[in-house]
Amino acid sequence: MGELSYDVAHLLAGSLVLVSFMQLYQDRLYALLNIFALHALVLTLSVAWQAYVQEAPHLYVTAGIALVFKAIVIPVALHRIIVKLGIHREIETVVGVGPTMLLGMGLVALSMVVMLRVTTDADPLARQDLAFALSVVLLGLLVMVTRRNAVSQVVGFMSLENGLVLAATGAKGMPLVVEISVAFSILIAFIVIGIFLFRIRERFDSVDIQTLDRFRGERR
Amino acid sequence: MVHLALIGAAVLIAIVPVAMLMRTSSHGRPIVYGISLIVSLALLAIALLTLLGSSEAASVAVLPLGLPWLGAHFRLDALAAFFLAVVNLGCAAASLFALGYGRHEHDPQRVLPFYPAFLAGMTLVVLAADAFSFLVAWEFMSLSSWALVMAHHRVSDNARAGYIYLVMASFGTLALLLTFGLLAGPGGGYTFADMRAVPPSAGLAAAVLILALIGTGSKAGLVPLHVWLPLAHPAAPSHVSALMSGVMTKVAVYGFVRIVFDLAGEPAWWWSMVVLALGGITAVMGVLYALMQHDLKRLLAYHTVENIGIIFIGFGLALAFKAHGMPLAAALALTAGLLHVFNHSVFKSLLFFGAGAVLNATGERDMEHLGGLIHRMPQTAFVFLVGCAAISALPPLNGFVSEWLTFQAILLSPALPSWGLKFLVPAVGALLALSAALAAACFVKAFGVTFLGRPRTPAAAGAQETDALSLAAMMVLAALCLIAGILPGLFIDSLAPVVQALVGARMPVQHGVEWLSIVPVAESRSSYNGLLVFVFMVISGWLAALAIHRLASDRLRRAPPWDCGYPDPSPITQYSASSFAQPIRRVFGTMVFRARERVEMPPPGDSAPARLTVELRDLIWDVLYAPIASGVGAAATRLNALQFLTIRQFLSLVFSALVFLLLVLAIWP
Amino acid sequence: MALILDLAVQGAQMLLVLLLAPLLTGFVRKAKARFLRRRGPPLWQPYLDLVRLMRKDVVLAHNASWLFRVIPYLVFAATWVAVSLVPTFRTGLLFSWSADLIAIIALLGSARFFQALAGLDVGTSFGGIGSSREVMIASLAEPAMIMIVFTLALLAGSTQLSTMVGFLVSPEVGLRVSLGLALIALIMVAIAENARIPVDNPATHLELTMVHEAMVLEYSGRHLALIDLAASLKLLLYVSLIACLFAPWGIAGASAGLAALAIGAAAYVGKLAAGGFLLALFETSIAKMRVFRVPEFLGAALMLGLLATLLLFFSRSL
Repeated sequence: MGELSYDVAHLLAGSLVLVSFMQLYQDRLYALLNIFALHALVLTLSVAWQAYVQEAPHLYVTAGIALVFKAIVIPVALHRIIVKLGIHREIETVVGVGPTMLLGMGLVALSMVVMLRVTTDADPLARQDLAFALSVVLLGLLVMVTRRNAVSQVVGFMSLENGLVLAATGAKGMPLVVEISVAFSILIAFIVIGIFLFRIRERFDSVDIQTLDRFRGERR
Repeated sequence: MVHLALIGAAVLIAIVPVAMLMRTSSHGRPIVYGISLIVSLALLAIALLTLLGSSEAASVAVLPLGLPWLGAHFRLDALAAFFLAVVNLGCAAASLFALGYGRHEHDPQRVLPFYPAFLAGMTLVVLAADAFSFLVAWEFMSLSSWALVMAHHRVSDNARAGYIYLVMASFGTLALLLTFGLLAGPGGGYTFADMRAVPPSAGLAAAVLILALIGTGSKAGLVPLHVWLPLAHPAAPSHVSALMSGVMTKVAVYGFVRIVFDLAGEPAWWWSMVVLALGGITAVMGVLYALMQHDLKRLLAYHTVENIGIIFIGFGLALAFKAHGMPLAAALALTAGLLHVFNHSVFKSLLFFGAGAVLNATGERDMEHLGGLIHRMPQTAFVFLVGCAAISALPPLNGFVSEWLTFQAILLSPALPSWGLKFLVPAVGALLALSAALAAACFVKAFGVTFLGRPRTPAAAGAQETDALSLAAMMVLAALCLIAGILPGLFIDSLAPVVQALVGARMPVQHGVEWLSIVPVAESRSSYNGLLVFVFMVISGWLAALAIHRLASDRLRRAPPWDCGYPDPSPITQYSASSFAQPIRRVFGTMVFRARERVEMPPPGDSAPARLTVELRDLIWDVLYAPIASGVGAAATRLNALQFLTIRQFLSLVFSALVFLLLVLAIWP
Repeated sequence: MALILDLAVQGAQMLLVLLLAPLLTGFVRKAKARFLRRRGPPLWQPYLDLVRLMRKDVVLAHNASWLFRVIPYLVFAATWVAVSLVPTFRTGLLFSWSADLIAIIALLGSARFFQALAGLDVGTSFGGIGSSREVMIASLAEPAMIMIVFTLALLAGSTQLSTMVGFLVSPEVGLRVSLGLALIALIMVAIAENARIPVDNPATHLELTMVHEAMVLEYSGRHLALIDLAASLKLLLYVSLIACLFAPWGIAGASAGLAALAIGAAAYVGKLAAGGFLLALFETSIAKMRVFRVPEFLGAALMLGLLATLLLFFSRSL
């Protein structure tokens, strides 16, 4: 039991990092959204497995929230937004794919070194969960930093949040209230960003956030 | 033993005046190079006897030269013997090559006197056992090689190359001077024995490491201190280029090993990180620079930078294992680094000789003007090919063995307790693998564009095979490449005393292993048998040839090339050096060199040719050196006014300086 | 006696791979054709092609050098030696210790080095284009492969293929993300190394899309036969490598009897068939990519390999 539970948890959390990497590699919006849905699905599985292993039924709720909102509702909604805005062309990445992947690799290594050094006496499962969660968070940030398109920034933000959920479920005994509030805050953030998107679009005829910078007088 | 070696060096110095006297006579060349060859061989024999001999004790000599209270200390221990062997093997080969090659020298009076001085300088650096004689020998080596770089000073770029070399060499010597100052401490123990007895404190040792990296790294060509190397090495006559690239960089490596492994005491945990990161970056940057070149000798010089990186990766690993109390693993890593020192000196000398032969035969160093030389110079082409395969780390030649050992050392890294190193070492392994693969690409280009295809210029079409002595030198080195590749156990075992002295352990004895394979750790872990791989390849290739010729067909018909039906008689339709590198330039160059390609199309109807221009920028030069150079230039312009003062003003300057110093003395507590 | 048996097994392996390699190529072609609803050439067509090529005259360009004529033998020899050292139906081959996995990869590197030189020898533009692209692909595929080797070697504590297989077949391996990543990366590298779609198209004769075929354009007769055979051997090598590392079931141990050997051989043929089938399926369901997308593809493989190495540091005994 112990070995199997560790193995499966390791597999799922590791796959989450891998899917984060796949986000870095994508250069089309639709593909990016599909990958994000996959990200949420892997998170759901991971959380559900934790619920099963820790025998913590409330984690099933978290898994359910992740599945419904992040794997289905948000991708579908973003899909619609993209169709409406008519921006299903290539993402312009600020940095090329190669350097971004290199950076991502460095971030994963960094988060592992930090987490493994800090948590020397925690149990292996929690240690690896924390390290993977930090990598997912950093990779999400990297997606936000390297993309110009507002939609892909939303995706980066959401996957960052997935990392937080992974960390929370790895640390045993997080109360359900916190999870629900996190889920709702995400939802609200999503709505705000969605409205924001349409506002930028109305104003500038583009969702390239460089336009915003230009409007504020930064960059040229 | 050390006395004999010193006599050899003295003979080399003694023929400097002889060379000066005979600089214009036609006998000068055979005499100078002949004596150099004999002395180098003698020194090589001394080194090998010391290295392989059973005597554990190092032989020491103190000569009443130099500073009166210090004298000049010389010592021949295992480490010095190994590097003495590497140096003099290279020197002997270069002298042999020069016996033939030097015939074509335009101004022998600019080469002959400095050549034996250069050899003597390198030998003395390796033998020196106190800071003073080390630095004097080091400067002697630098200046004589500078003079050789300036031998063809009328070629436009050479003056600049010589200037930059001089500046960087002085800078490096300054760093080494400070290193020894720190090592000697306030007591002023300037002999290596004194320094070894009193290792520096942790803070001082850190400064020593950094200064030693700067001092020896600038001579060896560590990125970002490599800028002079690809300018200066190709500028010298080819046998001297071979010496500078193949041998002098190894003397610098010797300086690093001597200071860091021998004199600076126990390494701190972070030393290895610095060395590993520098080594990895140097390896990849060196080969990327090399890929962008179309000057054959400059390409080879950049490859020296790459190989220095590989050597330093080995040393960085050794430092990591040594710092964490794993002497066996440290021995493996250090052996890998030192073996690569030997291997690189062999094949880099060989390749520079080949480039020299090509230069002689065609008058061209630019690969875009060469091609098809395999038909005109088949023997040179063959030995050059062996060198290319060896430096590309292809089994069963020698370059592969040392890289394989480095990989084996990298695979021991998870046992290290430090998390940072656990993650850094595999990343450096990836850099090493990348540089090895790129090196193969680079030498496909170097050999393919120079020797294969059709001649691109009349000079290349009219080339003649080089002379017998030059060929003999190259053949010897090519044979060594093969021998060191198929019998690496011999070389690993002979390195054992060196490694034992530096890290306190040695690799397992390879002598008794079955079938002459090498087993770095344990047989269940890894083993490699170059001999067997070589024999298998020969047998299976030969079997295939025999079977097909006997049973199927051995008929052959000559025809024009097929080329998908579009053969073009003009040789400029071939792939050139820069078009060959274009895919790799696109992949790596856009990031590393800010490579930009611009196509200028003539307007429709205009029959002018379209032009493709490629812009490459050396970011290291732009970021690091250009500001310094312009700063120095600006300061010099300011100070220019000082040249036009009257005598009274000059005197007042001196007077005020004197008064200022006296004041300082008076106020100093 | 044991030595004779070992020698026999090693010899059997060398002959087996030589005989099976064209069959695997033929099988992949056949399966691809069936997926495209064509009937396709018979399975043994590659053998017929080889025999036909070997009996023909060599037509050599006027300015081809001696190296051009030697290279097919060199390429064939290096590839054959490499594939003879990969465990197929039995581990612990007699000479398996003479080269570990790193050396096997380097042997393939030697073969490629010389093949790229051959592309430049006649001095045609197509040969040059093939060579320069081949070395570009190799410059990324080889480090990716080395990273995969790192992953497996760090896990098994050995670069020796027999030891690795012995470890991977044991139950202590467990589920590991690293192994999955290494498998994906290895498949990507294998596709690139064997000039398969989407990196290169082995069946194309449209000049600008060729890499491997452009490089060997000037070869004919027995030389071309050897190069084709070497290419088949290389495909077999990679399928065998994937099979013995990631599907090591059924492979006979070093001291196995005849029954185990027979099971091993049967399992090996089954794995080859499965591998060939999957390759054909994959090739028919994907389009060839532009040459300058290949670096991204292989860069991803390199990153996966590196990630696999990093993720190794998580284990149950952390």
